[in-house]
Amino acid sequence: MEVLYLLIPVAMLLVAVIVAVFFWAVRSGQFDDLEGPAHRIIMDDDKPKKDE
Amino acid sequence: MCCKGCEAVAKAIIDAGMGDYYKFRTENAPTGRELVPDFLQQISIYDNETVQGSFVRRDTTAAADEREADLILEGITCAACIWLNERHLAALPGVLEVAINYTTHRARVKWDNSQIRLSEILAAVSRIGYLAHPYDPNRQQQLLEQERRRHIRRLGLAGVLGMQVMMIAVALYLGAFSGIEEHFRQFFHWVSLGLTLPVMLYSAQPFFRTAWRDVRRLQAGMDVPVSIGILVAFAGSVYATFTGHGEVYYDSVCMFVFFLLTGRYFELVARKRAAEASETLVRSVPAMATRLGSNNEETLVAVAELIVGDRVRVRPGETVPADGLILEGQSSMDESLLTGESLPVKRGRHERVVGGAINIESPLLIRIEQVGQDTVLSSILRLLDRAQTEKPRITQLADRTAAWFVFAVLLLAGSVAAYWWQVDPAHWLPITVSVLVVTCPCALSLATPTAVTAATGKLIVSGLLATRGHALETLARATHIVFDKTGTLTHGTLNLVASEVSKGHDVDACLAIAAALETGSEHPIARAIRHKAGTNGLPAVEIRNTPGAGLKGQVNGQRYWLGTPLFVEQQSGQKYDSRALQTLRASGNTVIALGNGQAVLALFAFGDTLRDDAAEAVAALKAAGKQVVLLSGDHLAVAQHVAGKIGIDEVYGDLLPGEKLAHVRHLQKQGAVVAMVGDGINDAPVLAAAQVSIAMGGGTQLAAASADMLLLSDRLTGLVEGLNMAKRMLWVIRQNLFWALTYNLLALPAAAAGYIAPWMAALGMSASSLIVVGNALRLLRNKRN
Repeated sequence: MEVLYLLIPVAMLLVAVIVAVFFWAVRSGQFDDLEGPAHRIIMDDDKPKKDE
Repeated sequence: MCCKGCEAVAKAIIDAGMGDYYKFRTENAPTGRELVPDFLQQISIYDNETVQGSFVRRDTTAAADEREADLILEGITCAACIWLNERHLAALPGVLEVAINYTTHRARVKWDNSQIRLSEILAAVSRIGYLAHPYDPNRQQQLLEQERRRHIRRLGLAGVLGMQVMMIAVALYLGAFSGIEEHFRQFFHWVSLGLTLPVMLYSAQPFFRTAWRDVRRLQAGMDVPVSIGILVAFAGSVYATFTGHGEVYYDSVCMFVFFLLTGRYFELVARKRAAEASETLVRSVPAMATRLGSNNEETLVAVAELIVGDRVRVRPGETVPADGLILEGQSSMDESLLTGESLPVKRGRHERVVGGAINIESPLLIRIEQVGQDTVLSSILRLLDRAQTEKPRITQLADRTAAWFVFAVLLLAGSVAAYWWQVDPAHWLPITVSVLVVTCPCALSLATPTAVTAATGKLIVSGLLATRGHALETLARATHIVFDKTGTLTHGTLNLVASEVSKGHDVDACLAIAAALETGSEHPIARAIRHKAGTNGLPAVEIRNTPGAGLKGQVNGQRYWLGTPLFVEQQSGQKYDSRALQTLRASGNTVIALGNGQAVLALFAFGDTLRDDAAEAVAALKAAGKQVVLLSGDHLAVAQHVAGKIGIDEVYGDLLPGEKLAHVRHLQKQGAVVAMVGDGINDAPVLAAAQVSIAMGGGTQLAAASADMLLLSDRLTGLVEGLNMAKRMLWVIRQNLFWALTYNLLALPAAAAGYIAPWMAALGMSASSLIVVGNALRLLRNKRN
């Protein structure tokens, strides 16, 4: 079980990475609109263009 | 800075070296200066007269130099902060009135400018740890966004780290059952401490900060017991970690913080959503406008720079920047934001347009008549704000109860701790923490304000504006609904009620000719004709007006006369049907005639008509169990005729304003709660006497109306919607208060007896607040029926 002394610091490192990524995501505005994207994904605007 | 104009003025002042003068004056804010030096240097600018022009209202009638402004407060987290700021500001010499809105974080301050400066008020706010800015919609948007981002970061951090801590806690719990090596236990404790530290230092900051502020001022806010709970649990755990003896509660600490933040986050979102109606109004004022110079050259200017008399071009799809008069063009306007009326309204030359309306069809040239604080939109917003700021009696009670409650909780937690210390020293810590957390009176203080804000916000969408805090509450309790006749049950304007057309002619064709002749006229009858005929594009030429009699002109190459029957008879030399004239005039109508060289073609009778929905509204009010009364200054016979048509049984006619007042007083003496519906101008004293007054609010009369509520849409059925909403609101408030009290009464003994673990307490407290907010938000949804 001594491996825990390695695994838990690794886990904490991962947590630090997760938090850093999360803060970056908040700063870059990804959490600014939590309702809009849910609606936007339903609205298709990427239909293949019809031939003229 | 509220706009480019202000920015320029402010810059000019600093450049001119006058900034030093202001610096000198704000020297009395050393604490605040350390905190936010930039801010304090800026605020002195707000004393400048020109800068104040855009957000400060002056009371010219008062003896002293009285001014009023709206401020946004930063750092408000709970109802206790509102209370604190209100008290603090009201204690300043020279400050006359303070009212703060929790939902919008706006403070309305009235002060005597000879005794205190606006900058001194702002500095005073910063001394107690808050920031105040003069209100400006754009800036508030930014503030809300910043606050939300900070909040999400705190929430995310607490969530991620809390999960790690809980994972380790599971290992520790299992270890407690099946045995764990001491060095692993120690290691887990230290790891948990490391993970909890950021949560304490970053995520839990808002609670500590508010609690510290309260403690320093010897006040008990909601965050005091919460913070003590978190700190006690954390300190106990740290002690156990260092000594190696006792339990750790890191998982509980992380969970409290996470749940509390979740609750606060939803509260933040709820506040934003509930206040959306007023925000939509604010945002509907455009930032820029196209101004025409003396040579008709177009320049793009900030709306705040517009002055009365400026000529502005409004293209289709653009928003009218300020109230004005149409100089050129004709178009239909969407005024739904202002009146709740969903159909576009036609507006032509020399007609008024209100700021915030959207131009739909064709370009208009408008002369600005009122700007900034004087526009209709601004006054609607102010009235709405007043309603949301004034607390209903029921809220004031809840606020007082909450403050008192916190003291009781702290006392109780102390005695619980002392008791368990004696009986079972191993468990005193978790039990005390549970008591502190479970009893947070958040739900109690949120119960009413959320419901009132949601209800007023919802109603403005349907065209009913509550301008006083008590209005909805009183409307729900009203026993008698008293109507005025003219302008309330009837339109109060002339309409075509009957017509008599000579043989071989068509009413519509005659109306079209009449409308063409009256194109340029602003006479009430001309308006009524145009209203009835619609726009048909028939051109009329050589129009000559004979004031007080009528006019003549050519339509399709033929000469016509339009005016009093006598005028038409004299001019055209043709006789009109005198029997028909007598019938038309019998009911008090005004009759005009249309004639050409061959004959008198038509007689039109104009009179006041009933509103289309009057009967429907009266029936609905009666069905709701209200006594409906009609008080009219008109002849009794006329009043009775109207009442009979729409189903009102209690009618009183021939009343002077004073007699109407006496009648309302008489009803009130008998214990009636009277809601008076009038057109807001000639009924002013009666409206003031009634417990709740509703004024019909057409366009510009708005600003002058002193009524408790305004029917912006002019639809009487809006009153019925208001009544239903008021009833639902009262019901929701009662549910909320009942729930909050029941929850606290049940949870407190259970926690004191040690049946509730700290994490359960955190969950329960957050859930109760969320239920209260969610319940209030139900008011925003449309009722199923």
